[in-house]
Amino acid sequence: MDALLHQVLAGLATGGIYASVALALVMIYQATHHVNFAQGELAMFSTYIAWSLINAGMPYWAAFFLTVAFSFVLGVVIERVVIRPVENSPVLSVVVVFIALLVILNSVTGWIYTFTIKTFPSPFPEQPLFGNKYMSSHEIGAICITMVVLLLLYGFFRFTPLGLAMRAAAQNPESSRLVGIRVGWILALGWGLAAAIGAVAGMMVAPIVFLDPNMMGGVLLYAFAAALVGGIDSPGGAVFGGFLVGVLENVLGAFVIGNELKLAVALVLIIGVLTVRPSGFFGKVHVTRV
Amino acid sequence: MALLEASNLHAAYGQTRVLHGISFSMEEGTITTLLGANGAGKTTTLRALCGMVRTEGKMRFGGQRIDGRATEDIVRMGIAHVPDGRGTFANLTTEENLRLGAYTRQDRAAVETDLERVYGYFPRLRERRAQQAGTLSGGEQQMLAVSRALMLRPKLMLLDEPSFGLAPLIVKELFGILRTVNEKEHVSMLVVEQNAAMALDLADHAYLIETGRVVLSGSSDDIRKDDAVRRSYLGY
Ligand SMILES: Nc1ncnc2c1ncn2[C@@H]1O[C@H](COP(=O)(O)OP(=O)(O)O)[C@@H](O)[C@H]1O
Ligand SMILES: [Mg+2]
Repeated sequence: MDALLHQVLAGLATGGIYASVALALVMIYQATHHVNFAQGELAMFSTYIAWSLINAGMPYWAAFFLTVAFSFVLGVVIERVVIRPVENSPVLSVVVVFIALLVILNSVTGWIYTFTIKTFPSPFPEQPLFGNKYMSSHEIGAICITMVVLLLLYGFFRFTPLGLAMRAAAQNPESSRLVGIRVGWILALGWGLAAAIGAVAGMMVAPIVFLDPNMMGGVLLYAFAAALVGGIDSPGGAVFGGFLVGVLENVLGAFVIGNELKLAVALVLIIGVLTVRPSGFFGKVHVTRV
Repeated sequence: MALLEASNLHAAYGQTRVLHGISFSMEEGTITTLLGANGAGKTTTLRALCGMVRTEGKMRFGGQRIDGRATEDIVRMGIAHVPDGRGTFANLTTEENLRLGAYTRQDRAAVETDLERVYGYFPRLRERRAQQAGTLSGGEQQMLAVSRALMLRPKLMLLDEPSFGLAPLIVKELFGILRTVNEKEHVSMLVVEQNAAMALDLADHAYLIETGRVVLSGSSDDIRKDDAVRRSYLGY
C-alpha cells in the first residue's frame, strides 16, 4: 500500500511536467492545428540556458526567471522567422519544418554542450519536506510550481482581454481581424507562452532525469499521449491527461510491466485513444446552429 | 469631403476577376445601400474596403488612403464590418463576443456603458449573455454581429445582408434599431442587401451593382422610381 501511494505521488510530480508540455502542445495546436514536434527540444534547449546561467554563478531563481523570459522571446522569434513563412503551406511542409527545428536544436545543443549527461540542481532542499517518506521535496516543489503555472495560464486566458483575444484568434482568425486583433502577433505570442511553459517543465524534469540533449524525447511522447487522452483541443483535458499519464506510467512501471517498458504505456495510450475515442475524453463537441 | 470614397476599384479571387472598376462615395452620417443580384460583387466590395481581398484602385476613409492597409488597421480607424455569415465566435459566450468587439478600445468604463447600451437595444442578448454564442438562433446571432460591431464605437458600419435568413418581424426590429443608431449616434452605414425594398426604406442613397460594375446610382427615392429597378428588384 505504501509503495503504491509512493508511486502515485511520484506519478503526480512527473504528471505535472507532462501536463505542462501537453498544454504547450495544445496551445499551438488550437491556434494553428499543427502539433509542434520541436516543443520538447525547445524546452531542453531552455534548460541548458538555465544550466549555463547557474554555472556562471547566478542564483537559481534569477536563472529560472531569466530562462523563462529568454524562452518566451525565443518562441516569439522562432514563430516570426521560421514558422510564419510556411504558415499557409501544406501540412507536410510544416511537419518537415518542425522536424528540422527538432534536429537543429538537438544537434546545436549537443555541439555546444556535448552529449554527456549533466546534473541539474533542484531549488528545493535535499531532505524530504515535513519528514514525509512518500515524496522528495523536489517532487512536491515541482507539483507546486506546475500548479502555479497552470493557474496563471488559466487566469490569463479566462480573465484578461489578451487571453480572450488569443482564444478568439484560435477559433476564428477572420472575425478576429475584423475586431482589430493582430492575429499574426497572437500566434507569435502563443509560441512564446508555449516555449516559456516548456522551459519551466524542462527545469523541473532535469533534476529527475539528468540534463542531456535527448532528455525531453520521452517527456514529449508522454505529453503527446496526455494531450490526446484529454483531447488535443482541450487545455483542461491536457492537464488532466498529463497527471493521468504520469500516474499510470509510474504505477504500471513499478508493479505491472517493469521500468523498461514504461514508454510503451504512452504508445499504447496514443494508439488506444486514436482508435477508440479520437476526440479524447474532453475533446469538445462543437454545437453550432446556422 | 466624403467619409468614404472608392474610385475605380478592381478585385479578383485568384484568376477570377469580380469587380471591374467600381466607384462610389458616401457622406458622413448617411446610410448608403449597395443593391444587386446574387453574385454581383456586393460582398466582395465590402471585403475590399476592409483589406480582405486583393484590390486595385483608390479607397479613402475620412480623407486617408485605406487601400493596401491591413484589416486590423482599417478596423482601428473606426470601420466595423458585420460580415456575410455573421462571423460569430461560436465557442465563446455572447458577452465575450461583445467584449471582443471593443478589443481595440482603451476606455474601459465607457466599454461597460456601451455593453449596457447594446443590451438595451437587444434584450435577448442580455438573457443569453453567458450562453455559448454558437447555440444562439440565426436572428440572435445577427443581433450579436451588429452589437459586436457597435462595441467598436465605429464611425462607419459595413453591413452585409443583415436581413438574410431572418423572419420578417425580426428584420423590421433590426432595421428599426439600425435607423436609431444612425440618427442618435451618428454612425454612418453602408448596407448590402438583396431585400431591396427594406434597404431603400432605410437608406438615403443607393448604388445598383451588376457583375462588378455600378450601373445606377442616386437617392433612394429616385432609385425606387426607376422602372428597371422596380421590375427586377422590387417586383412590381
Ligand atoms: N472566395 C471566392 N473565390 C472565388 N470566387 C469568389 C469567391 N467569393 C466570391 N466569388 C465570386 O465572386 C463573385 C461575386 O461574389 P460576391 O461578392 O460574394 O457577390 P454578392 O455578395 O453580390 O452576392 C461571384 O461570382 C462569386 O462566385
Ligand atoms: Mg454576398
